[in-house]
Amino acid sequence: MLQDLDAILLARIQFAFTVSFHFFFPAFSIGLASYLAVLEGLWLKTGEQRYHDLFKYWLKIFAITFAMGVVSGIVLSYQFGTNWAVFSDRAGPVIGPLMAYEVLTAFFLEAGFLGVMLFGMEKVGRKLHFAATCMVALGTFVSAFWILSVNSWMQTPTGFVMGANGQFLPGESWWDIVFNPSFPYRLVHTVIAAYLTTAFVVGGVGAWHLLKDRTNPHARTMFSMAMWMAAIVAPIQILAGDLHGLNSLEHQPAKVMAMEGHFESHPNGAPLILFGIPDSEEETVHYAVEIPKASSLILKHDLNAPLAGLDTIPEEDRPPVGVVFWSFRVMVGIGLAMLGIGMWSLLARARRKLYDWRWLHRAALVMGPSGFAAVLAGWITTEVGRQPWTIYGLLRTADSASPLDAPAVATSLVAFIVVYFAVFGAGTWYILKLMSKSPKPGERGVKHDEPGPIRTSGITPGPTQNPGRPEHLPKGSDEA
Amino acid sequence: MIDLSLIWAFIIAFAVFAYVVMDGFDLGIGILFPSFAVGEERDSAMNSIAPVWDGNETWLVLGGGGLMAAFPLAYAIVLPATYPLIIAMLLGLIFRGVAFEFRWRDPGHRALWDFAFTGGSLVAALSQGMVLGALLQGIEVADRGYAGSWWDWLTPYTLLTGLGTVAGYALLGSTWLIWKLEGPAQDHARRMAFRAAIATLGLLAAVSLYTVFLEAQYFDRWFSMPSVLFAANVPLLTAIIAFLLFRGLAKGWEAAPFWLSLALFFLGMAGLGVSMFPYIVPDQVTIWDAAAPESSQIFMLIGVGITLPLIIAYTGWAYWVFRGKVGHEGYH
Repeated sequence: MLQDLDAILLARIQFAFTVSFHFFFPAFSIGLASYLAVLEGLWLKTGEQRYHDLFKYWLKIFAITFAMGVVSGIVLSYQFGTNWAVFSDRAGPVIGPLMAYEVLTAFFLEAGFLGVMLFGMEKVGRKLHFAATCMVALGTFVSAFWILSVNSWMQTPTGFVMGANGQFLPGESWWDIVFNPSFPYRLVHTVIAAYLTTAFVVGGVGAWHLLKDRTNPHARTMFSMAMWMAAIVAPIQILAGDLHGLNSLEHQPAKVMAMEGHFESHPNGAPLILFGIPDSEEETVHYAVEIPKASSLILKHDLNAPLAGLDTIPEEDRPPVGVVFWSFRVMVGIGLAMLGIGMWSLLARARRKLYDWRWLHRAALVMGPSGFAAVLAGWITTEVGRQPWTIYGLLRTADSASPLDAPAVATSLVAFIVVYFAVFGAGTWYILKLMSKSPKPGERGVKHDEPGPIRTSGITPGPTQNPGRPEHLPKGSDEA
Repeated sequence: MIDLSLIWAFIIAFAVFAYVVMDGFDLGIGILFPSFAVGEERDSAMNSIAPVWDGNETWLVLGGGGLMAAFPLAYAIVLPATYPLIIAMLLGLIFRGVAFEFRWRDPGHRALWDFAFTGGSLVAALSQGMVLGALLQGIEVADRGYAGSWWDWLTPYTLLTGLGTVAGYALLGSTWLIWKLEGPAQDHARRMAFRAAIATLGLLAAVSLYTVFLEAQYFDRWFSMPSVLFAANVPLLTAIIAFLLFRGLAKGWEAAPFWLSLALFFLGMAGLGVSMFPYIVPDQVTIWDAAAPESSQIFMLIGVGITLPLIIAYTGWAYWVFRGKVGHEGYH
C-alpha cells in the first residue's frame, strides 16, 4: 500500500515537472510566433528595414524555443500512457480525439511550415514566406485551443456517458465536450497570458539595449511595441482572469475556497484574505491580513452575500490549500505589476519620455521574465486546485496511475530532472546570449557576429555548407 | 457495415510507417554522423534534414496520440509494459532534437552537441526497435492493464529487433545522403549504405526466422493456407529489392537506393501485419477489444479525412522547396 502511494506521488511529481517545464516554451512561442508574423507583415507593408532586422533577430530565438518546445512536448504525449495508463484507458475515448485533432490541425501545420519559415525565404519569396510565418503562428494558437479544451474537460467534464467497462464515452454531441463550461475562459486567459509573457520578454530585451544606448532604433521599436501590449493587454487579462475565477466558483467551488483561503463558511459576507499562512491541519489562516467582506464583493458582487468554505467539502475531496493559496497570490501580484508597467509606460509616452525614463527601463528589464513566473503560478493554481481529482469529481488521481513500481518512476524522474536542467539550461543560455546582443541593421543570422574560419550561421542552411566561402549572397538578400 | 476499427488500424499503421521512414532517415543520419568528417561533411548532412526533421517527428506524436484516441486500451497496456524503453526513447529524442539548433550556437560546444545528436539518435532507434520486439514477444495482461514485471522487455529477441532497427535507420539515412550530397561526402555515404544494407538484411532475416520459428504462435500464421500465399511473397519481394539495392549502390544510382530502402521497410511492415493482425497486443488484445467507441472513431475519422490530405500536400510542398542537392555550389 505504502509503495503504491509512493509510486503515485512520484508519478505526480514527474508529470508536474515535465509539464511545467514544457509550458514555458509554448507560453513563449505562441506569443513570439504572432510577434514574428506582425514584424514580417510590417516589413512587407512599410518596407522598413528595421522590422526585417527585428524579424531575423527574434527568429533565431524562436528556432531554439520551438525546438525545445517540440522535444519536451513529445514527452508529454507519451507520459499519459507511461504514468497515467488507467486515466488514459478510461478517458481516452473522450480526450484522445481532441489530442489527435491537436496533432492533425496544429502540430503538422507548425512543423510543416517551420522549415520554410526558418530557411526558405530565398527559395519561396517574400509573400509565400509570410504565409508560412502566419501558418506557424496559426498552428501555435490552434494547438493551444485543443490542449486547453482537453485540460478544461478534465476540470469541468461535460458531454459524456459512463461505459459499462468504466470508460468515459462521448455523449450525444462533441460540441458539449470541446466547449465545456470552463474552456472559453481558460482559453482566453491562457492565450492572453502567452502574449503578455512574450511582450514582457521583448520589452525586457528592448529595455536592456535602451539602458546601454537610448538612441538604439531597434531597441526603441521593440520597447515601444512591447509597452503598447502591456498597457492594452494587461487590463484585459485582469478582467479575463476575474471572469475565469467566477466560472471556477460556479463549477469548482473547492478550488476557489483554497485560492481564497476560506476554511470556514461566511454567511454574512466573506473577507478577502490578502496574506496569511494557511494551515490545513487546524483549518485556519494564521496571521491573516484581510479586508472584511471584500471577497463576497469580488466573487458575488454583493458585500453581504454568503460564501461557503472548505468546511462544506468532505476532507478527502479538498485540494491542498497552501500551494493554491500562494500560487494564486503570486499570479495576481505579477498581473498587477504588469498593469503598473503598462500604465507607467503610457505616462512616459504621453510626456514623450518613453525612451528616456531609466527607471521605467530598469523596471521593464526586471519584469522581463515575469510572464513565465505568472504562467507557472496560474498553472499550479488551476491544476493543484483540481486535486484530488484528475477528472474533477469523477476520477481520483490516486486511481489514475499506471501499475508501476516506485523505483521505476523514481529512476525516470531523476533522469528527466537531470536531462531537462542540462539541456534546457543550455538552451536558455544560448537564448540569453542571443538576447544580449543588439539587433543591428542588416541582421543576417549569427554568422556576422562570429567571424572567422568556422561558419556558425545557425539556422541558415546555405552558407554553413561552405565554410570559408566568401559572402556570395547579394546585399539585402531575403535570407532569414 | 464499415469496420471502423479496421480503418483505424490502417491509419495508425500508416502513421507508424510514415514515422519510421521519415524520422528513420534523420535518425539514421544521426547514427552515422561520427563517420562524417567534422566541418563541411557534417554540416551539409545536418542541413539536408534541418528543414524537415520537426515535421518527421510529428508523425510519432500522431502515432502515440492516435493510438490513445482510437485504441486507448492498447495505449494503456503497451506503454507501461515498455516503460524504460519509452523513457529512454523520449530522452534520446530530446538530445538529438535540440542538437539541430544548439550545435550552431557556440563553436566551442559543437562537438558536445554532435555527440548528443548521435547518442540521442542511437538510443531512440534502439528503443523503438526494442519496443517492437517487446510487443511481438508478448505482453502479459490482466484486468485491462499490464501485469508483467518491468524487465520483461529485455531479452535477446528485443535486442535483435533493436539492432535491426538501428541498422535499418542507418540504411535509410545513408541512402538519403547519397541523394542529397555530392563529391567525397556522397562517396562516403555510399560506402556506409553498402554496409548498412548488409547489416539490415542480415538482421531482418535473423529477426524473421527468430519470430517465425521460436515464437510458435507466429509459425501457423506464416505457413498455413491461405495466408502462406500472401506471406510467401514478402521474402521473395525482399530478395528482389535487396538485389536491386546492391546493384543501384554499385552502379551509382542517386535517388533509387533511398526509395528501394523505403520499399524494404514497407515489406517489413507488411510482414509485421501478417504476424500481428488482428491483434494489437499479440494474443491478448485485438483491435476490436482495444477500440474506442464508434462515436470517437467517427469524430476523428472526419478530422483525418479533411486534414491528412492537406498535411500530405503541404509536407510534400516543404520537401519540394528544399529539393535537390545540399550545398551544390560549395563543391565546385
